[in-house]
Order: sequence, then structure tokens, then C-alpha cells
Amino acid sequence: MANVAHSGPAPVVRRKSKLAKMMENPSLWRGMLAIAIFLFIWEIGARFDEWFGKEYTLPFVGLIPPPTAVAEAWLEILPKPGYWDSWIQSFKRVLTGFGAAMILGIPFGLALAVNKYFRDLFFPPFEILRPIPPLAWVPASLIFWPTNEMSIAFVTFLGAFFTIVINVLGGARTIDVRYLRAAQSMGASQWDLFSKIILPGTLPSIFTGAAVGMGITWEVVLAAEMISGGGTQGGGGLGFFIWNSYMGGSLEQVVVGMISIGIAGYLSSSAIRWLGDVLMPWRRLF
Amino acid sequence: MTATETTSAAATKANGEVDPQTVGKSRLELKNVSKAYGEEWDLQHVISDLTVDIPPGKLTVVVGPSGCGKSTLVNLIAGFEKPDSGQILLDGKPVTGPAKDRMVVFQETALIPWQTTYQNVVFGPKLRGDLKGKALEDEAKRLLVKVGLGEFMHKYPLQLSGGMQRRAELARALINEPRIMIMDEPFRGLDAMSRGLMQEFFLRLFEENRRTNLFVTSEIDEAIFLADRLVILSNRPATLRKVIEIDLPRPRHYTMLSSAEAYAYKRDAMELLHEEAMKSFRPSTSTSNFKQSYSSPGGH
Repeated sequence: MANVAHSGPAPVVRRKSKLAKMMENPSLWRGMLAIAIFLFIWEIGARFDEWFGKEYTLPFVGLIPPPTAVAEAWLEILPKPGYWDSWIQSFKRVLTGFGAAMILGIPFGLALAVNKYFRDLFFPPFEILRPIPPLAWVPASLIFWPTNEMSIAFVTFLGAFFTIVINVLGGARTIDVRYLRAAQSMGASQWDLFSKIILPGTLPSIFTGAAVGMGITWEVVLAAEMISGGGTQGGGGLGFFIWNSYMGGSLEQVVVGMISIGIAGYLSSSAIRWLGDVLMPWRRLF
Repeated sequence: MTATETTSAAATKANGEVDPQTVGKSRLELKNVSKAYGEEWDLQHVISDLTVDIPPGKLTVVVGPSGCGKSTLVNLIAGFEKPDSGQILLDGKPVTGPAKDRMVVFQETALIPWQTTYQNVVFGPKLRGDLKGKALEDEAKRLLVKVGLGEFMHKYPLQLSGGMQRRAELARALINEPRIMIMDEPFRGLDAMSRGLMQEFFLRLFEENRRTNLFVTSEIDEAIFLADRLVILSNRPATLRKVIEIDLPRPRHYTMLSSAEAYAYKRDAMELLHEEAMKSFRPSTSTSNFKQSYSSPGGH
């Protein structure tokens, strides 16, 4: 049928809006259905004890508040500026740490990849520091840095830095030598090789590193916020929000905090994916 | 096809400038070239004392058993690597490093994936600035149309089929006006059908301009179909085994492969190649001792 349509006069194509196209996508509906089923089971599981008595409390799911209660708690805190302030604070820390890791990590990784002397000098200490988990740096960084805020930023930075560097290094080192040779034959200078072959060839690895690094950054920020507490300096944030809700005995708010982090993480990685698609059009072909 | 190798003059004038009339009509000579890899106490000789002449305006095909050092030969001529001893001369001048006078079309494809086909083609001239603006655009489009990629110039390499990628690569090499084209098993990895088509296409292109061409392959049929001269290399370390002049008429057609002459060439070449290839299977002394004792349990 499709072949027949091509042979005739061009059919009138009615352009659909982006939203309408999205609504037609079966993947979207399957995703929505999955979330709905998940919430439904959670609701039933959590309310089992209300309906059948305390002795029928289900393990795990029976101990957490049902989604309706969480939604209620969420609606209650949505208009409060303190909740949004937590979002802003956490995002600020993530962006500071992540941004610093990108700004320092990408050139550092590229330098390791292209210069043997640089690699010989800096790779061994880098490899010794790399396995140290970011959170193991918390006590030391509290001593190094004058404010709590700076220590949180530093620990966050470490979380993303090592991942980004190791990805950039790996990506730049695995560029097909034939691209470099072809460019050399055509008269490319060292700078041309770097800017036209090595840098774009490393972009996919930079984005892999960024996506993984962003995930680690969120983990580290929240843990750091829980540890540092909500004092006059370096407090707040979604991590502290969860901790505070737990101390205050509001399990609903704990879950609200958890879901907020999930959404924040999803937004961050979507932004990275979007930027990757924009910067690497040759990868959008499949 | 009795033309001798002296028909075309060297492409360089006395002052060293390239004469546009004879572009692509250069002579490449390898004199006693050797190359080995590894440490001094464990040298792997890949090419040993190889002397080959690649005459101007001819299609010289190099064949040899797989792993004999053909790719190393390409790297040396292109200037990506330096020989340990011996000389590589282009029109009498030693080759010092990679340059646009020797363009390589690589195995598989080496089109830059983040550039469109058009961007790949203009890459070289743009870098050097020797062809600019409208002139460059026209020349790139002319070549792309010539290789049948006019409609595909704004596609990325990954969107092209294997045969299209090779043709794009031919265009990318040709725009640089190389004095010699080096083809390193360019059609490897293509299916038999596209391979046959690419061979014919490549021949048409060659027969049109008669650029000095060095074509490396491990396929004997491909070699005889394309070649003016067939250079057969020995097993590793590669050295010259034999040069066979292929006197099939041009323009060539694939049906010529089944002619009696082509068969005769093939038989000759196959015999030598087989002999060389078998050397890498030569049993070591210990194995032959073992075989001997095993096959004659009676002990004679």
C-alpha cells in the first residue's frame, strides 16, 4: 500500500503539532500505564493494614505512606517557599560542582590523552586519588575549606571530576588513528588535529562522562547536605529537607523529598541528553 | 598496451614546482626499503630490502599473502611511518612525512563521521586554503556528482552505504590533486556485488585521468582486473617476489576476467602467492619430528 501511495500525486500532508505527535506515541502510553499500575499497587499495599487490621501490615510497602497521603503532603508544602528554596539550593550546589568538574575535567582529560609527558606526570597521582569515594573526603574538606558551603561544593566537584576525566581520556585515546592520518595527509597542523579531529571525536565520551558524573553529583550533594545539617551556613537543600522531615517524623514528606530528587535528577540528565543531541547531530541518525 | 614506462615526464619541473599538465603523473620509487618493529633483541622484520618502481600514469597493484606487510608499506609511502633503511622517492625527492601529494584511501572507511560528505570532501583544501569560496564549492560538487553522490552530499557518512562511503572517499582524495593515489585494500568489507561495481567504477575513473596509482589488495582477481603491473610480495618480511606486466586491453570489462590471458596471469600469480602463503604454515622442526614419529609407528 505504501508503494502505491508514492506513485500517485503527492498526498496532502497535514502537519501535526508536536504535542499531538507525542500523544500518538505508544511508548508514552505504556510508560504512563506502568506508573499508574505502580502507584495503584503501592496504594493498596500501603493501606492493607487500614482495611484488614494491624496484623495484616505488609512488609516494606505497608510501612510507608500511600501515594495519596504523599500527594496530600506535597500539595501542602508546594506553596511554601522553603520547599522551593531546597530545590534551588541543591541545584546551585550540583551546578557549581558539576560545572567546575566539566571546566577542569575536560581539558585535564584531553591533556592526559594527547601529551605523553603530562600523562606520565599526572596520571599516577590521579589514579591513586580516583578510587577514594567522594564522601570519604567530607571530613578532610571540612578542615580545608573555610565554609560548609565550600566543602559541599568541593566534595560534589570530586564526585563528577574523576568520572569526567576518565571518560574524556578513554574517548580521546580510542579515536581511530586513520582519521588523524587522513587529516595529516591533507595538511592538518597539530592544532587542526586537536580541534577538528580529537575534540569532536571525544564529544560522545564527554557526554557519557557528563551523564554519569551528573548522577554521582546528585548522590554526593544529598549525602553532603544530610551530613552538614541545616545550620546557618551550608544548610538546606533537598538532602536536608529529607533528613529534617525524618527527624520531624513526617514520613510523607520524606517520600516527597525522595520523589523531588528523582525529578531533579531526571531534569538534569534530560538537559544533558538534549545538549548532546544539539552538539552531535551525526549521532542523531538512528 | 605496449606503452613503456617512459611515456610521461616527471611531474616536477627543475625548480621543484608541480607542473599542472602532469599532475598525477609522478614516479614513486622504493629503494632497498626495510622496516622492523619491536625491541632490538626481538626485532620483527616486516619489510626487508624492498625495491619497487611505481611508474607514472600506471596502475600498480601490490598483492601478497595476508599479514605480509602491505599495510606497513602503505604507511611508509604515505609518510605515517619512516623506514629503518632505504629510500622512498617521489619524482626523485625523498618522502619525509604525510603530505597531500600522496593521498591514501584507507581500508573500510576513514571518512570523518562528524562531518557531512561535503564537509569531508572540502576538508583538505579548506585546511590549507589553497582552494576557496565558490571555486572550492564548485570543485567539490563536481567531484561528488562525478562519484554519484550529488544528492547525498549533505548526509553524514554513517547514512551512506558501504559503496557510497568508498566513492566519497575517492572524491575526498581526488580534490587534493595528489601526485599519486594510494589505495589500501579500499574495497575490503564490501559485499561481492558492490565490490565488483566499485572496481569497475574505479577503473573508469583511473582510465580517464591515468593518475599514478598504487593499489594494495589481497584479492588476486581484483588485482588482475585492475592492474597494469602486478607486484607480488613475498611472505613476511615482505620483499619483491615478482613483477608481472598485465597486458589486458583497456578499457576493461569484467568479462575479460574469464579470458584465457587473464587465466594465465592468474595461474602464474596464484602459484607464487600460494608458495609464499605456505611459508607461514611451514611446520617447525619439532612438529615435523612429532608427525614423523606419529605416522611411522613401525619405526623405519
